[in-house]
Amino acid sequence: MSKILNYDLVVVGGGPAGMAAALSAKDNGIPEENIIILERSDRLGGILEQCIHSGFGATYFGEMMSGPEYAQRFIDLVNETKIVVETDTMVLNLTDDNQVICSNKEDGIYAINAKAIVLAMGCRERPRGALDIAGSRPAGVMSAGAAQKYVNIDGYMPGHKVVILGSGDIGLIMARRMTLEGAKVECVCEVMPYSGGLQRNIVQCLEDFDIPLYLSCTVVEVHGKDRVTGVTIANVDEKMLPIAGTERYIECDTLLLSVGLIPENELSRQINLEMDPITRGPKVNEMRETSKRGVFACGNVLQVHDLVDFVTQESQIAGKGAAQYIKGASEPKYVTCKGINGVRYTVPQRIDINNQEEVKIYFRVANVYKDKRVVVTCGGKELWNRKKLKLAPGEMENVFIKPEDLAQMNEGDEIVVSIEEA
Amino acid sequence: MVYDIAIIGAGVVGSLTARALSKYNLNVILIEKSSDVAMGTSKANSGIVHAGFDAMNGTLKAKLNVKGCAMMEDVCSTLFVPYEKNGSLVVAFTDQEMKHIEELYQRGLGNGVPDMEIIDAAKLKELEPNISDEAKGALWAKSAGIVSPYELAIGAAECACGNGVELRRNFTVDAITYENDEFTIKCVCGCEVKAKFVINSAGLGAADIAKKFDGEEFEIIGRLGEYGLLDRSCEGMATRTIFQCPNEMGKGVLVTPTCHHNILVGPSAINVDDGAETSVRVGALREIFATAGKSVPIVSTRDMITSFAGIRAHSTTDDFIIQFATANDHFLNLIGIESPGLASSPAIAEYVEDMVLSVIGKPETNPNYNPSRKQPIIFRELSMEEKEAVIAKDPAYARIICRCETITEGEIRAAIKAPAGAIDVDGVKRRTRAGMGRCQGGFCGSKVLEILSEELGKPLNEMTKFGGESKIIYERTK
Repeated sequence: MSKILNYDLVVVGGGPAGMAAALSAKDNGIPEENIIILERSDRLGGILEQCIHSGFGATYFGEMMSGPEYAQRFIDLVNETKIVVETDTMVLNLTDDNQVICSNKEDGIYAINAKAIVLAMGCRERPRGALDIAGSRPAGVMSAGAAQKYVNIDGYMPGHKVVILGSGDIGLIMARRMTLEGAKVECVCEVMPYSGGLQRNIVQCLEDFDIPLYLSCTVVEVHGKDRVTGVTIANVDEKMLPIAGTERYIECDTLLLSVGLIPENELSRQINLEMDPITRGPKVNEMRETSKRGVFACGNVLQVHDLVDFVTQESQIAGKGAAQYIKGASEPKYVTCKGINGVRYTVPQRIDINNQEEVKIYFRVANVYKDKRVVVTCGGKELWNRKKLKLAPGEMENVFIKPEDLAQMNEGDEIVVSIEEA
Repeated sequence: MVYDIAIIGAGVVGSLTARALSKYNLNVILIEKSSDVAMGTSKANSGIVHAGFDAMNGTLKAKLNVKGCAMMEDVCSTLFVPYEKNGSLVVAFTDQEMKHIEELYQRGLGNGVPDMEIIDAAKLKELEPNISDEAKGALWAKSAGIVSPYELAIGAAECACGNGVELRRNFTVDAITYENDEFTIKCVCGCEVKAKFVINSAGLGAADIAKKFDGEEFEIIGRLGEYGLLDRSCEGMATRTIFQCPNEMGKGVLVTPTCHHNILVGPSAINVDDGAETSVRVGALREIFATAGKSVPIVSTRDMITSFAGIRAHSTTDDFIIQFATANDHFLNLIGIESPGLASSPAIAEYVEDMVLSVIGKPETNPNYNPSRKQPIIFRELSMEEKEAVIAKDPAYARIICRCETITEGEIRAAIKAPAGAIDVDGVKRRTRAGMGRCQGGFCGSKVLEILSEELGKPLNEMTKFGGESKIIYERTK
């Protein structure tokens, strides 16, 4: 390697997570010129740059703004500092001794020795191939996010008559976006009996435009030789298998897929981070430190978030954790966290009992629940018990663990989050 | 201009034949109805270089398969095409099937297949730890291999075009006439090609082409094969190609590694009427994975990154038919080139070359003949020093476009600029693997479109997935 640089902190990814982590590390005492953000796109902002709809920032800034506006707040803050930003730069490898190998057109391949690394690579959309959709393989089948980029960034229509499979938030947003651009959105099909998106998006993106949402329904076959000419949809049973006799054909030229997001953890796997099979992200402690000391993760690379506001908050924790680690951290003593009774996962998955601050545990539920209680226990002791009118898989939930409760725990104890009868 | 030879069909056989004939001072044209080479059976099959024990003794299939298998390693290394001699296993689950593999072994000996061995369950488990506990034994053929089938066709076409062969795409044969020792091949668009000799290697369309020429009838059955491709994280689930015992519809469902470290599961075998219909049937993948699970229980649709289907041209004679038209020895038909057509393809090309020369006499050799092509740069496989050297020459190799497969802008531009280069998104994908990874082009698709548009000098919204009406985007937004 001809060129090797040295930084205190290398942040991989310049989206909302990476920017917030870098700024937080600076605020927690890391010299700004010793922080570098590596971004593969030609600008900071990540996926927010193509999310031109409103709905960002209500929690964090107390105002509604578009994705680019939300991103710009942080881009401005980064630009006011001496934090180094390298755009058009791809990280090729991470090494076991915290070296980051990256590549761009100006500098070629080079290495950066890092005292700490924050992984903030975001997530990707599940493609068609991962689903069992029969039929031909014409043009006109694409992920909702790819269509969003064609419309909002490149300024081209990816289709005129559209069926959307999956009611994740991007699918819902694109149903409205395509309609506003003059396309006809025939329907949104959701294989689950409930939507995976935010309730507000179902109202504002579908109901306000009279776009039907078919629950427990999926696309079973794609038709068309060169370009999509139609799809066959069918209802599914409780095992999510198509029910014979319920098939119907819908003419369309485009099938958009919003069938799930997968954290992008190629780099995490390269350095053998311990992964959570449910979140598909690394397992982390309350400061978002992974199983490898000095390597942190935050944002959608860790768990797919519903709101960017929570990404920002989580990434500030990771930035602070990285700063503390660089300045010298003590050996942690962990208790583990797990979800049961409909709680699919928790982030963090472990907490250092020496932690002096309140810890927010995020989780998602496996089904739609009404009038239940969220209960947190540790070794038989109840730490949290709140009534919830509604819990849904599309919305992230959270509970808090107080430092005084942590102080009474022993290394190896287990914190359990569960859903109980009200 | 009147070409010396027109080859109809730029699949793996047509392309290798074009390469074989490019050794001579002949004007050769390779005609393809699709927008790219390898768009038919050659792009959607198992990619297996069969050892050659399946075909009956004395058949053309047996002869060309064993010979082609022996030639494949050298052809692939010359053309820089991914190939691996990983060996194959036909697994038996019952005493009956043990007898069947003994038969296959004997047949293989008769066909001249080298390096075969019948192994017991313990040895099988040692070779393939993920094999089913129900397996009793297997026929192990060490000469079998895997090849990237479409890259073999692309490599051969690039080589042929580099040696002066002309590739004409989007040419759908409408009619062929013969007058004054000259064939006139008409395209549906109205244009025509004149040639003194025609090789009909049109795969599934070959019977139709033969009929269009002189009315001669061949019976071809389109046989659909559906597949599921698993993520690279499944590498190692199988290291050899694992067959079950063959049946009357073919070699059954296999589980095999691919040259690109994925695991391929399939194919089904369904006779279809429409040779252009390559849809995956509803529920097919569940059936295929259930069958595959019998030999390798670990495979699951959970790990699938894509599914596809291809059609092989099955001849009712159950053998390759390579013969001149009844009344014209300047029109050579290649009919029923189904499995093991890929394994046989280098031998078929040589066989066809001999047949052509037997009629036209031996032409002068092409003084500029190069059996190879420009070696494609595969960035992800280079050492750090090599990467740095490549980037120093062309910084486009420092910009990663496809993050799943680590494909650079430089590789994509080279694939478009190459002889017989890519002109659409799928063409780029087959040449570089951009879009072949687990996100299946979700992220890099629009970037590939931009590079194509730039290189070809055409607007973004004229770019297609695979030619024809397969446009990816339409007009500008309001």
